[in-house]
Amino acid sequence: MSLTVEANTQRNKQLVEEVLKVYPDKTAKKRAKHLGVYEDGKSDCGVKSNIKSIPGVMTIRGCAYAGSKGVVWGPIKDMIHISHGPVGCGQYSWAARRNYYIGTTGIDTFVTMQFTSDFQEKDIVFGGDKKLAKIIDEIQVLFPLNHGITIQSECPIGLIGDDIEAVSKAKSKEYTGKTIVPVRCEGFRGVSQSLGHHIANDTIRDWVFDKLDKDAPPRFEPSPYDVAIIGDYNIGGDAWSSRILLEEMGLRVIAQWSGDGSIAELEATPKAKLNVLHCYRSMNYISRHMEEKYGIPWVEYNFFGPSKIAASLREIASHFDDNIKEGAERVIAKYQPLMQAVIDKYRPRLEGKKVMLFVGGLRPRHVIGAYEDLGMEVIGTGYEFGHNDDYQRTTHYVKDGTLIYDDVTGYEFEQFVEALQPDLVASGIKEKYVFQKMGFPFRQMHSWDYSGPYHGYDGFAIFARDMDMAINNPVWSLTKAPWQQQA
Amino acid sequence: MSLRQIAFYGKGGIGKSTTSQNTLAALAEMGQRILIVGCDPKADSTRLILHAKAQDTILSLAAAAGTVEDLELEDVMKVGYRDIRCVESGGPEPGVGCAGRGVITSINFLEEEGAYEGIDYVSYDVLGDVVCGGFAMPIRENKAQEIYIVMSGEMMAMYAANNISKGILKYANSGGVRLGGLVCNERQTDKELELAEALAAKLGTTLIHFVPRDNVVQHAELRRMTVMEYAPESKQAEEYRTLARKIHANAGNGIIPTPITMDELEDLLMEHGVMKTIDESLVGKTAEELAA
Repeated sequence: MSLTVEANTQRNKQLVEEVLKVYPDKTAKKRAKHLGVYEDGKSDCGVKSNIKSIPGVMTIRGCAYAGSKGVVWGPIKDMIHISHGPVGCGQYSWAARRNYYIGTTGIDTFVTMQFTSDFQEKDIVFGGDKKLAKIIDEIQVLFPLNHGITIQSECPIGLIGDDIEAVSKAKSKEYTGKTIVPVRCEGFRGVSQSLGHHIANDTIRDWVFDKLDKDAPPRFEPSPYDVAIIGDYNIGGDAWSSRILLEEMGLRVIAQWSGDGSIAELEATPKAKLNVLHCYRSMNYISRHMEEKYGIPWVEYNFFGPSKIAASLREIASHFDDNIKEGAERVIAKYQPLMQAVIDKYRPRLEGKKVMLFVGGLRPRHVIGAYEDLGMEVIGTGYEFGHNDDYQRTTHYVKDGTLIYDDVTGYEFEQFVEALQPDLVASGIKEKYVFQKMGFPFRQMHSWDYSGPYHGYDGFAIFARDMDMAINNPVWSLTKAPWQQQA
Repeated sequence: MSLRQIAFYGKGGIGKSTTSQNTLAALAEMGQRILIVGCDPKADSTRLILHAKAQDTILSLAAAAGTVEDLELEDVMKVGYRDIRCVESGGPEPGVGCAGRGVITSINFLEEEGAYEGIDYVSYDVLGDVVCGGFAMPIRENKAQEIYIVMSGEMMAMYAANNISKGILKYANSGGVRLGGLVCNERQTDKELELAEALAAKLGTTLIHFVPRDNVVQHAELRRMTVMEYAPESKQAEEYRTLARKIHANAGNGIIPTPITMDELEDLLMEHGVMKTIDESLVGKTAEELAA
């Protein structure tokens, strides 16, 4: 089935209208603003975003606590992150993201552990500040090699008005200036995890950067090639397969934010020459701050698929001297044969396959190039918690007539997939089994389905293999019972 | 006779605890078996009955024991004057935690532990302002059925009484709570009785009793006693007996209140000449500005 661009756009617009019909008028009116079809030449995707989800729909979003504890702060490996409040938020988000790290868990690193203040009724009634102070004391005794503590507020902390800032200050003083960061990421704040990212970014500014002693001697010898990787959470080792490329081209990576990152790396970053930003949505705030306060420029990059990697390496190199520019070309050339081998192997098996995406705040646009390198086509995409600047950036990736769905509801997503019949749905764990049961090949694009890395040249080889494995799995020819098959 | 569940509400400092303890002492004198549930974090709702501020509040003991489930009823229930049973919810010191959640926790505990068995009256004494859902707990389903609002002829006391009526109205249909009536605790303001009666009429209820001001109340309080115990022969004791008899006879006479607007409340004050007609040109002007 091949449609002209106009016919495809028309069909997608009709599809949106049909899907909206089932809603009550008020809901349909609201949801209509989040569903659209990208038209060439427009400055954004024509959808509203970052607006409260409608009660009664199945949204895929998370909360501010998820954005701070789960995304921004959680991967900082040598700090202990307390889920402050009742036990559920910490328990059910425990180790949900595969932020790989190096260290001895429980001794000097703590990412896969779960710390909670386990609020009881008495803590709600009498306040939890004393308990929090005690937990910090216990952490100091039990985990003496921790390099700092963050307090990730769950909803009740904001409701009862606990003064976690005062506890943080007092304990920081008691433990000779230890970094203790109170984070007001109560889940009821904002419309999605996005505000949690912003709040977490702000706490790095206020409780890490602003506490640095400006007159202290630098803890490392600066070089003209110091860069920080911002917004790579090292899912399945993504930051590692990215870092080696930057290093091979002659740069020195002084910090990883925040996958496999440490407090020392956060503190070193204001001395970077360039911040390279992968996940714009979750860490543009601190990048902008460092630009304003420390004069560090930042550049967005995309390490999914050889086309975007090459363009990104050149873009990053353009901020440095010829050494680095030559380094970028050297790296691109070095991996070219490997990439060609991957494409030669998988492109014939994947050519022309159609993909529908729904991910968080970056990948709905960033992975499109990688699919295209394999000859695949993304026919629909959308963000859980993107803002308008994400949809503007998306226009550089999507084709005319692509279906766009912001904060898609469970119902809408099923209807769209059913109607457009893609060869692959790429989204999250909550969507996976719904679509597999509908007979669609599926890949998780948050956790890489426990595979990865997908970033960098090494990652692309794995990405290509995984997509082939999902789409060309022989199981999909067996989803219909023999008596249901057409003769 | 079935259990009467009543509650005293009113503006802070109006004399709720004093009025309620004296009235309940008078009911005890009539042979009624009484349980007082103090729902104020200050835990001073039973001070005059026990001759002491209750130290062992439900919430402080629960905090010490770990959870409220670890407590027994005997741990928290104290017996005072004329065998009146007293419990105090207690709560956090001002400025921390959530006192409202504490009230909910305490009342649920008392119900689960069967604290209401073998008594004729349970009376809730709630802090002045119904600032959140927790302090509205006693007027929600299956809790207090009759609310008595303690008020005076002061503007803010009447304002508070009207607000409490709004709270009762909110829960009246779902839970069956009713306004039992107003109790005016005399402040010796202008035309106080008239005003109290007029407000009662506006709210669709009655002024159950006008309690005159008498220094014997202060004398008794200094001794941490009710007037009923300190000076049972006094005229004031007789006033509380009258109020107790009226409340006792008031079973089933509660109404769903008809709260009024702020404007209507101001009109009421003007009608009785307490307030002159409001000259809108004077609103928001300081004394200095008016003199100029």
